[in-house]
Amino acid sequence: MSKESAITPEVIKSHGLTADEYKLVLEIMGRAPNITELGIFSVMWSEHCSYKSSKKWLKTLPTTAPWVICGPGENAGVIDIGDGEAAIFKMESHNHPSFIEPYQGAATGVGGILRDVFTMGARPVANMNALRFGDPAHPKTRHLVNGVVAGIGGYGNCIGVPTVGGETNFHASYNGNILVNAMTVGLARADRIFYSAAAGVGNPVVYVGSKTGRDGIHGATMASAEFSEDSEEKRPTVQVGDPFTEKLLVEACLELMATDAIVAIQDMGAAGLTSSSFEMASKGGLGIEMDLDAVPMREEGMSAYEIMLSESQERMLMVLKPGREDLARSVFEKWELDFAIVGVLTDTGRMVLKRHGAVVADLPIDPLAQASPEYDRPWVPGVKRAVIDAAEVPAHEPLAALKTLVGCPDLASKRWIWQQYDHMVMGDTVQRPGGDAAVVRVHGSNKALGITTDCTPRYCLADPHEGGRQAVAEAYRNLSAVGARPLAVTDNLNFGNPEKPEIMGQIVEAIQGMGEACRALDFPVVSGNVSLYNETNGTAILPTPAIGAVGLIDDVNKTASLPFKQAGDSIILIGETKGWLGASLYLRELCGREDGAPPPVALHREKREGDFVRGQIAEQNVSAVHDVSDGGLLVAVAEMAMASGIGAEILPPKGVALHAWCFGEDQGRYLLTAPASQVPVILEAAHQHDITAQVIGSTGGRDLTLKGSGTISLEELTGINEGWLPGFMSAPDANS
Amino acid sequence: MKAAVIVFPGSNCDRDVAVALEASTGKAPLMVWHRDTALPAVDLIVVPGGFSYGDYLRCGAMAAHSPILREVKARAEAGTPVLGICNGFQIITEAGLLPGVLMRNAQLKFICKDVFLKVERTDSPFTRAYAQDAVVRLPIAHAEGNYYADAATLDRLEGEGLVAFRYAGADGSVSAAANPNGSARNIAGIFSENRRVLGLMPHPERLAEDLLGGSDGKVMFDGLVEALS
Repeated sequence: MSKESAITPEVIKSHGLTADEYKLVLEIMGRAPNITELGIFSVMWSEHCSYKSSKKWLKTLPTTAPWVICGPGENAGVIDIGDGEAAIFKMESHNHPSFIEPYQGAATGVGGILRDVFTMGARPVANMNALRFGDPAHPKTRHLVNGVVAGIGGYGNCIGVPTVGGETNFHASYNGNILVNAMTVGLARADRIFYSAAAGVGNPVVYVGSKTGRDGIHGATMASAEFSEDSEEKRPTVQVGDPFTEKLLVEACLELMATDAIVAIQDMGAAGLTSSSFEMASKGGLGIEMDLDAVPMREEGMSAYEIMLSESQERMLMVLKPGREDLARSVFEKWELDFAIVGVLTDTGRMVLKRHGAVVADLPIDPLAQASPEYDRPWVPGVKRAVIDAAEVPAHEPLAALKTLVGCPDLASKRWIWQQYDHMVMGDTVQRPGGDAAVVRVHGSNKALGITTDCTPRYCLADPHEGGRQAVAEAYRNLSAVGARPLAVTDNLNFGNPEKPEIMGQIVEAIQGMGEACRALDFPVVSGNVSLYNETNGTAILPTPAIGAVGLIDDVNKTASLPFKQAGDSIILIGETKGWLGASLYLRELCGREDGAPPPVALHREKREGDFVRGQIAEQNVSAVHDVSDGGLLVAVAEMAMASGIGAEILPPKGVALHAWCFGEDQGRYLLTAPASQVPVILEAAHQHDITAQVIGSTGGRDLTLKGSGTISLEELTGINEGWLPGFMSAPDANS
Repeated sequence: MKAAVIVFPGSNCDRDVAVALEASTGKAPLMVWHRDTALPAVDLIVVPGGFSYGDYLRCGAMAAHSPILREVKARAEAGTPVLGICNGFQIITEAGLLPGVLMRNAQLKFICKDVFLKVERTDSPFTRAYAQDAVVRLPIAHAEGNYYADAATLDRLEGEGLVAFRYAGADGSVSAAANPNGSARNIAGIFSENRRVLGLMPHPERLAEDLLGGSDGKVMFDGLVEALS
């Protein structure tokens, strides 16, 4: 090794390893590592790859159910959806790169999560995303929204997987750390799932896909540190995406997967060739000897260090059955992709890397991959906030407040975003973006998947435990609202610096809350991703445990959607309304306050109500369904009206605080509509299931009327709701 | 009717159009890989949507020079109907089967949404099942669908009745407000001189089933079956 860098304390520190961690490195190695080996330790033990701060708590989440085929630990989670078919899905963050270079950061986030899913043998059928941006008034926000949306679209549209929905929030806490969480759902035959555990000493290790370049070196390490003002200097650590190559890679992999050639397969994501080779070898209890000269490279003179740490995109590592090399090569040549035999499985349990004929790294695999540090970081529970009495919150005129709310950044229509995503390609999108959950038919069948992403970060800040419960419960509700039986969850935990006890407290409490909800709702976590250190100059994001969830619809002809369907239907409110204004959007947008305890979630009622709503949909008693969430009841009614162009008249009950009734964010509620003739049937069924249900109004006309308070035209309301985001994005840039 | 769908690396609506064709014809179309140079005898050739070769050059420019396109051109000249949808429209236009060019959308962004189209001509195998001046709803999904040709060409297209569809309002009115991408004279699709070649940006295959939100696109495929069987 020429030009070898000395392993100085500065070099160790720049690799993100603490003094204690380096001591462990010396112990494992029995000698000082060289720079290549140090680089490998650095990425393998980065927070991003090792989950060292969160592992202890992630283990407490429920991960099993009779329908779970594969839980966390593989590239993605796998659930049984009947008829010999499986749904494979995961959500993953690309926060740090997207802040530095929004288009490529977001695009490669989509590319990465797609690979996680098709690595397991699935054809990707739907993409979703959960996005958080800073204050719209912040000078960078518009640039970031523009780049992230274009990047997500640029990748997903080209590869031909529909982006069917998502959520977008704005809050000043994300000014320096936006969140880009991308989710992919794929479909495979349940008996044709591919895993990553290497097997068969002597079997060839094969590299396929794009060539390796110098891009993205140390991306995983960057994603494991706080930002400061000079973070933009890290732009070279952001990878560049090539969706066309990934499209070829999907087709080539699926074609090869239809044969018996593949023993194991793993995509090269964060920490590239390092993490993929170590994971495969570690899971199989084997060693690998790799000749780095054989790795397809697009730049000259790359060192072993650069080859191992590159995060060039659109690459896969496979172990093939002996004798299948030519078959595999012919498939990849047909798709004009690189194919190279780069190594062989050994029984040594060591990773031996050669470059220019010499051994450049020789590391034990298990201690690195499995014995990575696991921290029980100190944490403090959050300070419980006071419950806010609605009577002490100013009562604004309800229809004026409604106008403010439907036009606020969090509730304004996100059409400007999802119209830039091809949400129809593949020809199975039954419910397009804008509803409670997307509905995607299982191709060639009468079944469908419901898919949603949810989290209410302001609740999580107010009370991480309750916020964790709520994120899961809302996902459950959104799936139920389209008629999908909730099956499983993927989580994307976005938090600040876990070395701060109050942030670690948020992580612990949110996970505990999520776990409670998942257990109560039979809604196990099958995959996930953790993104920590989302802080800039010491300021953390709102705790954001984003939940992606998948449910099953047995008969695609029996779903529900949120637009009103016809005039004269009754509007039925399911669930209890007490008028909870703490941590609500009303409080924030109308009163400029972000305080108060968040609304509690009654998990035993959630399950009962979800079962009831799905039952009513399956029996086709209802014409429209919408869950009541951000902004409360009147906002939910307005959303159903605006989506349909059909108005409504709402009759508030007597003796309530009207502003709290209209805008309280009490949990566990749905709105149903039904023809008057069906109403007694529905109310009776609700009564039998011990569910609170009441008729609160009816549909019709072109206005929204709140009896006793006045009327507003849907045209005006829609103009406000649809106008905000396009107006914001086209406003002259204050900075230029 | 026997149909062939040309598949390029980066095509991604090939399966969708195959599904729509099969629903109307009762049999799966032939999927022809771009490297093939021989094309069996078929009644209809479809060049589907997607991002052929990543559209990294100009949209459709690389696919237009692939070996199979020479064969597609020869068949078109011999009278076999050719349907180019979205990227397929860009490809056959780049290949010279149709005049003009598809430029970047006026607002510079990819746009995916349903649009209304006015059916301008029904005397073609593609549009025969629509009523003259009917308003149909089909989705668009493109970043480069802004049709452009010089004024003389546009005058000729209009004069010879070669405009197939125009972007319109729900009431059929052709206006700037109904133009989603800046296309010249609201043109969404055009015919060749013999009306045996149709290129259009909207996707008829995406609304060919009520469950997916509409079936105005199915009318085109059903009409093709009637005309070509």
